[in-house]
Amino acid sequence: MREVNVSLISDAVAEMCIEVNHVLSEDMSRAMKRACEKETSELGKKILGQLDENLKIAKEEMIPICQDTGMAVIFMEIGQDVHFCGGRLEDAINEGVRKGYTEGFLRKSVVDDPVIRNNTKDNTPAVIHYSIVDGENVKITISPKGFGSENMSKLYMLKPADGIEGIKNAILSAVKDAGPNACPPMVLGVGIGGTFEKCALMAKHALTRENGVHSDIPYVKELEEEMLEKINELGIGPAGLGGSVTALGVNIETYPTHIAGMPVAVNICCHVNRHISRTI
Amino acid sequence: MTKNLNVPLKKEEYAELRAGDYVYLTGTIYTARDAAHKRMQECLDKGEALPFNIENQIIYYMGPSPARDGKVIGSAGPTTAGRMDRYTPKLLDLGLKGMIGKGKRTREVYDAIIRNKAVYFAAVGGAGALLSKSIVKSKVVAYDDLGTEAIRKLEVENFPVIVVADAEGNSLY
Repeated sequence: MREVNVSLISDAVAEMCIEVNHVLSEDMSRAMKRACEKETSELGKKILGQLDENLKIAKEEMIPICQDTGMAVIFMEIGQDVHFCGGRLEDAINEGVRKGYTEGFLRKSVVDDPVIRNNTKDNTPAVIHYSIVDGENVKITISPKGFGSENMSKLYMLKPADGIEGIKNAILSAVKDAGPNACPPMVLGVGIGGTFEKCALMAKHALTRENGVHSDIPYVKELEEEMLEKINELGIGPAGLGGSVTALGVNIETYPTHIAGMPVAVNICCHVNRHISRTI
Repeated sequence: MTKNLNVPLKKEEYAELRAGDYVYLTGTIYTARDAAHKRMQECLDKGEALPFNIENQIIYYMGPSPARDGKVIGSAGPTTAGRMDRYTPKLLDLGLKGMIGKGKRTREVYDAIIRNKAVYFAAVGGAGALLSKSIVKSKVVAYDDLGTEAIRKLEVENFPVIVVADAEGNSLY
């Protein structure tokens, strides 16, 4: 048993919220550089050049990479031998978000109710997903999600008979619909299997995977590679103004499912695919 | 074609822009996004005046992150324009001439652009830090209580945009 004071969690969350919104992780920065080299359209190259310059300015001058600093999505992997002390864990996480977004000059983009819509003015509450794992560590992953791309995400309840072709069509149709709205070049998180909510959660979690790393399952890895190629053949291009780079990565997670179904969720993220992890 | 333009443009100049033109804007533009559009529509429904004179002006669909001390504004890139489509044709019919955003619009909006000889520009989404460097002044002029969604009057210098939809019905998307 290990005791972890929740104030450690608050402090980490606050720091991580600030860092992740100003400094794009190395895997994503590399993907953007590669995109610049691969893009064949002149306008596309110019836009990718601006996005590269944007990343530099953001880091050096501490201006958020994008004004939409997102709703804070937080994955908590908690070792089963951890005992939290010093207060409620969820309160501590939200306190960290409040501190990070307020002290870090990040945009407050959360409203208290989906219909009444008053801004909470501190970007809380976060959307928190907990999982219990082995050991006595706590791993925090923060992925602030902007809504330009979130709004273009889709969930399909496919039939088993739709097969892998059905999955491919679903992914391509989501990307075509998203087009310029999702701020391409985009990253796709895809969940296949499970239930309605499980596949959506897998799609979200898949976005936190390091860019360039593929699934361990051979057919899923192949599907990731094939989909990336097919998406880039759509010609949507940087900012949706045409070009050969429409996506930077396709990350797929799978889970056992019911004999009657094959849910597929496609969570789209823009090129500012922010993710940061820390283990306490 | 690359152009440097002073905004607001003269009324007839909006109609001369063509989809694909790469334009640097210098002058005055206004910001408004979802919540401000909703309030402007409520104003019109009640027969009240809009909080600023939109005639011949450009609206930038943008809600910035807060400015650090000594800075004009925080990160300031475009938001998805399509969410404003329900309100846009009315504003164009009332004299609005330009919009800056990103993403596809409805047929009704494209028709209103043609009808009113207006223009729809895209700024590069996700380049908020870079775009903020072209904003030299920012002042809230209405709906301060909306925070980032308040209406701001911006002075911009060489603010980079691309014409995506023009008065002749051409569209880049």
